[in-house]
Amino acid sequence: MERTNDSWLKDLTQRSEPALVELREALLRGLRRGLSGRPRADESFLEDCTQDSLLRVLDKLGQFDGRSRFVTWATAIAIRVALGQLRRSQWKDVTLADLVPATVNQGGNQLAGAPAPDVRMQRRDLLVALNASIQNDLSDRQRTALLAELRGMPQDEIARQLSCSRNALYKLTHDARKKLKARLEAAGFTGDDLIATSVA
Amino acid sequence: MSLSETEIAQLLKLLRRTEDRELNCEQCLALVAEFAESHLAGKSIPAGLQAIEQHLAVCGECLEEYEALRLTLDGLRGGRDA
Ligand SMILES: [Zn+2]
Repeated sequence: MERTNDSWLKDLTQRSEPALVELREALLRGLRRGLSGRPRADESFLEDCTQDSLLRVLDKLGQFDGRSRFVTWATAIAIRVALGQLRRSQWKDVTLADLVPATVNQGGNQLAGAPAPDVRMQRRDLLVALNASIQNDLSDRQRTALLAELRGMPQDEIARQLSCSRNALYKLTHDARKKLKARLEAAGFTGDDLIATSVA
Repeated sequence: MSLSETEIAQLLKLLRRTEDRELNCEQCLALVAEFAESHLAGKSIPAGLQAIEQHLAVCGECLEEYEALRLTLDGLRGGRDA
């Protein structure tokens, strides 16, 4: 008989040992399935993540609003913990300065694919406008964060190196995307142009 | 120092899906379990959860986490040692 959400909440709030054991097992099973096929996610890694996830879930109990099964909600948290640790371990020795050299922040560089004789005029114009907007409309922090994300650096790591929270980082890159999009739209480029250019 | 073709393509895709108002990753995490269960049940996505679809289109990390969650839920539905 599956536990109800209310039963999970009540027992976990009281730190009931059987409920903690049951949740731990459920999270470990969930991580095994969700991260299957990832060579670095071995059993000992998954067990460590399960322990960290359990603490994170207990910390967030008050935020569970009952709109899904409790175990699904807790598993989503565990997956964030585990994939976050995997990402961090892959990027721990990379600095933003390595990834986004200062030359990008000093303007004047050209995007790959910018003016070339054989590309369509519209694509060239769009890339020129995009390049100009990256250089002129974004702050150094916005440019660095956006480019680091494009290059695959995990958000947690970018936030750590920029000394800001993950939410603040999201706002930084969201504002950067909005600025670039607004600039391209003001220059007459539509969403269809962005698709055509992105696959050109 | 240049953006590669791949980076340009990825940036343009991101810009196309960028909206003035977006969920951040923390807000996405709070709602993604309900979103995944609705999908799994074949239900139409409630209006309040459509912002999740948009966030997943612009956030590679939340998309990766959502796909892992779907793998987990698909396994549960398949009835293997649930
Ligand atoms: Zn996200």
